[in-house]
Amino acid sequence: MSLSPVEGLALAEIESGSDAGGPEATGVVGRSPGQLAWMRLRRDRTAVVSGVLLVFFMVLGLSAPLIEMVYGVGPREQFQSLLDGFGMPLGYVGGVTGEHWFGLEPGLGRDIFIRLIYGLRTSLFIAFAAALITAAIGIVLGALAGYLGGWLDAVINWITDLTLAMPFLIIALALTPTITLRFYGERGQVSSAFGVGVLIAVFAIFGWTSTARLVRGQVIALREREFVEAAKASGAGLGHIIFRQLLPNIWAPILVSFSLAVPQFITSEAALSFIGVGLSDETPSFGRMIYRSLDFLQTDPAYVFFPGITIFALVFAFNLFGDALRDALDPKSSR
Amino acid sequence: MTRFLIKRLFSATLTLFAVSVLTFLMFFALPRDPVSSICSKNCNPERLERVRDDLGLNDPLISQYAGYMKGIVTGRDLGSAQGGRCDAPCLGWSYVTNEAVSDTIARVLPVTLSIVIPAAVLWLLLGVGLGMVSALRRGTWVDRLAIGFSLTGASLQLYFVGAVLLLVFVYNLRWLPVPSYTSLFDNPAKWASGLVLAWVALAFLFSAIYARLSRAQMLETLSEDFVRTARAKGLAKPMVYGRHALRAAITPVVTIAGLDVGGALGGTVITETTFGIQGLGRTAVDAVRSGDLPTIMATVLIAAVFVVLANVLVDLLYATIDPRVRLR
Amino acid sequence: MSDEPLLRVRGLTKHFPVRQGLRATGTVRAVDGLDFDVRPGETLGLVGESGCGKTTTGRMLVRLLEPTSGSIEFAGRDITHAGRRELRPLRQELQIIFQDPYASLNPRHTVGRIVAMPLQVNGIKPPGGIKARVQELLELVGLNPEHYNRYPHEFSGGQRQRIGIARALALRPKLIVADEPVSALDVSIQAQVVNLLRDLQRELDLAFVFIAHDLAVVRHFCQRVAVMYLGRIVEIGDRNDIYERPQHPYTRALLSAIPDVTQLGPAGRIRLTGDVPTPLDPPSGCRFRTRCWKAQDVCATEEPALVPRDGGRQATACHFPEGETAGISPGPEVAAPNVEEVSS
Repeated sequence: MSLSPVEGLALAEIESGSDAGGPEATGVVGRSPGQLAWMRLRRDRTAVVSGVLLVFFMVLGLSAPLIEMVYGVGPREQFQSLLDGFGMPLGYVGGVTGEHWFGLEPGLGRDIFIRLIYGLRTSLFIAFAAALITAAIGIVLGALAGYLGGWLDAVINWITDLTLAMPFLIIALALTPTITLRFYGERGQVSSAFGVGVLIAVFAIFGWTSTARLVRGQVIALREREFVEAAKASGAGLGHIIFRQLLPNIWAPILVSFSLAVPQFITSEAALSFIGVGLSDETPSFGRMIYRSLDFLQTDPAYVFFPGITIFALVFAFNLFGDALRDALDPKSSR
Repeated sequence: MTRFLIKRLFSATLTLFAVSVLTFLMFFALPRDPVSSICSKNCNPERLERVRDDLGLNDPLISQYAGYMKGIVTGRDLGSAQGGRCDAPCLGWSYVTNEAVSDTIARVLPVTLSIVIPAAVLWLLLGVGLGMVSALRRGTWVDRLAIGFSLTGASLQLYFVGAVLLLVFVYNLRWLPVPSYTSLFDNPAKWASGLVLAWVALAFLFSAIYARLSRAQMLETLSEDFVRTARAKGLAKPMVYGRHALRAAITPVVTIAGLDVGGALGGTVITETTFGIQGLGRTAVDAVRSGDLPTIMATVLIAAVFVVLANVLVDLLYATIDPRVRLR
Repeated sequence: MSDEPLLRVRGLTKHFPVRQGLRATGTVRAVDGLDFDVRPGETLGLVGESGCGKTTTGRMLVRLLEPTSGSIEFAGRDITHAGRRELRPLRQELQIIFQDPYASLNPRHTVGRIVAMPLQVNGIKPPGGIKARVQELLELVGLNPEHYNRYPHEFSGGQRQRIGIARALALRPKLIVADEPVSALDVSIQAQVVNLLRDLQRELDLAFVFIAHDLAVVRHFCQRVAVMYLGRIVEIGDRNDIYERPQHPYTRALLSAIPDVTQLGPAGRIRLTGDVPTPLDPPSGCRFRTRCWKAQDVCATEEPALVPRDGGRQATACHFPEGETAGISPGPEVAAPNVEEVSS
């Protein structure tokens, strides 16, 4: 009955053959859970379409100056000559022509298409930056609260509750000009980069709670697992356990929540600009455009339509992709 | 149960206290002189100083805060320039609107309630109903339609939907009047016709989330053992789905609903701005624009009260549905 | 084999407070005063029903749980409350193998990373590199070293347990706590893994604390055996003594429950009736008395000490130990013990 390790090896081979459906055939390198999810994602038609659409949007945003060169019109150029005496664009559908694909803004006569392209760039940048920062804060705080528990958990939970109880829009509305004033004084010329920075900071302060809750729950579910104890028994410290042992197991939900946070920040940026904070009119942004356009709802509906549809398409693509990602990462979830 | 309630109320009070301190610090301590924005042009330094004194801005911050909190609990005497005696829930005096802040709130709060409560009923019915139907008809065209609807709704912007609704129903078809608020008790028909667009817009966007959530929950519940057992022991389908599955699936929906309604009551800023209705949210926006600090404080605090109360209510509901929660 | 113990445990105790709200309403006495030694290269089996505190003991030995009181000495040093940094050098000599081969391997790490983890955590750079060392370890436990880059989900339960063993061996420990290392495996695989452990034990001169509820496995693997009941050791001794001359009634009952295919018919199975009492409120005196057919008044009032018998090789905590002659086949008088009769 006694087996030497070598005989054990032979038996182990037999075991593995019957168990894993012959992994020998696929070669020695195994497929990581991540690779399996990637394969599922590539097979999902919705994921591919929405993913391609997202890449398209991102390329558009990144290459905005290039597009401006090709298109030949800048975001701040005004075409007053193409407006009638009331400041409304001449021609049909808000002045759509070969030169101005989406027409012109009433009043200032700026080109809508190129402003949308730049607005896309602003929105995507703000949303990605905010999503990255909030994810980082949420992961660290959530993991610490979940793993260490005790009073730290209670404190972080309470801060989360507190943050959720603050009315985000009102606070952001009140805080943004105050911060700007603090840095620029009463009459200073506010640079657009600063406005973007303030927005990202405001999102970072208020946006981390959902990731923190998610990570905390996942960590609590994992922390009693034996592989964590194995690391502890080998003398691993807090950093190793959280970042090497626990986090690799919760990337999937974090990734999904990240992919759904980005469109949320796009929406929030637009909403803030819509109620008149955040970015100045100099910086092209979706919310700003819609806010201005609402005054022309009856006279120039095309002006409302173009930014509205663009932002919808962008957010829709993100939501579709996030959903598909969830399905790919968690095959159990129902669709 | 009572102990759970007390514990929960205690932590809620603590949260509200912290919100008030934070808001106070944020707005009163930041270097934006609230007085200069109040009297803009014809203000000599003397008058400026008097207003500052009236507002107590020369006192140390702690006594300012203490005075403010005391005003909320017991009422306090403000200077004659601020309308004299200010009764129990005293939220201060606004130099911008020249009235007690509590009067402003009393005027605009019913507006927000009239927007949110019917809209919430609508979005819950629509969302949960849609989710249930698509879960039970999983994989059919009904399901796909519902998924499409909810993804679309989740991706739309309220101001865009609002704009389209306004354009179609008010300006082009002229079926509805320009949105405005009339008290429900004065003229119910006018109340409804003035707000129905806001309800529809909110319901469309919010129900999308509920449809997704309740569909996922329902599908998960339907595959669970106790539902299969109920079916196997011969209970009729409607009985199983209605009594057993729905009840288990609805719990997370309740949580989200509580938080959403609480948040929305705190100010439907975007909705009110889009439709031009003067509710709590719009008042807050106006107050921020005009630097009306007492009004900002009040709106933030009221919004926080709604969120925190909603949290407590959800917890209580949970504890009633699921006795295990109480043991935490 | 030197006489100086590698591991010396004295009065080891773990109480878990039971809370309701903020008040502590009681304590679970999971482990209540254990004394035992493990000498270098020795294998000690820790057996007992589930819930008797064996797993808690194992976790305390490797300091995953903080003991409530008592002391653990390892290689002459007191490690009962040593901090992480103090423990670090000892971690390398004291490792654990877990019960569940599915939960004990990080599903997102390759086998190579899993086995290399203890080396990396302790900053050890073996000659020839970490990869070579890991492959050597995989080979040692009977796995294909080429499977270095595979993920745990590609292996069967037995293979996973081998990976867990390789991880425990990575630091060249002197003592391994094996917490039910085979009970989650198919019976056909159990023997392979136990034999692997035994070969490793002989080859590397490892000491083991082998926690199990399967007495047959323990008999096969361990030189000494400690029997636990409700957080106490009721009997400890050499394997042959325990299995052939059990002195404690509980040990006898356990042994008689081993299915024996060589004996036909109801050969004398001692059926214990009643449930194990709750460790929240263990019985006074002898903890086994509520289920013991020999219990008398003294058992309720006086707690029996673990008294060495039989020339010191075997120690039993019982007021009325079995006679020398009562082997594994009990006489007719205990064939159907009636617990109700004595406990009421």
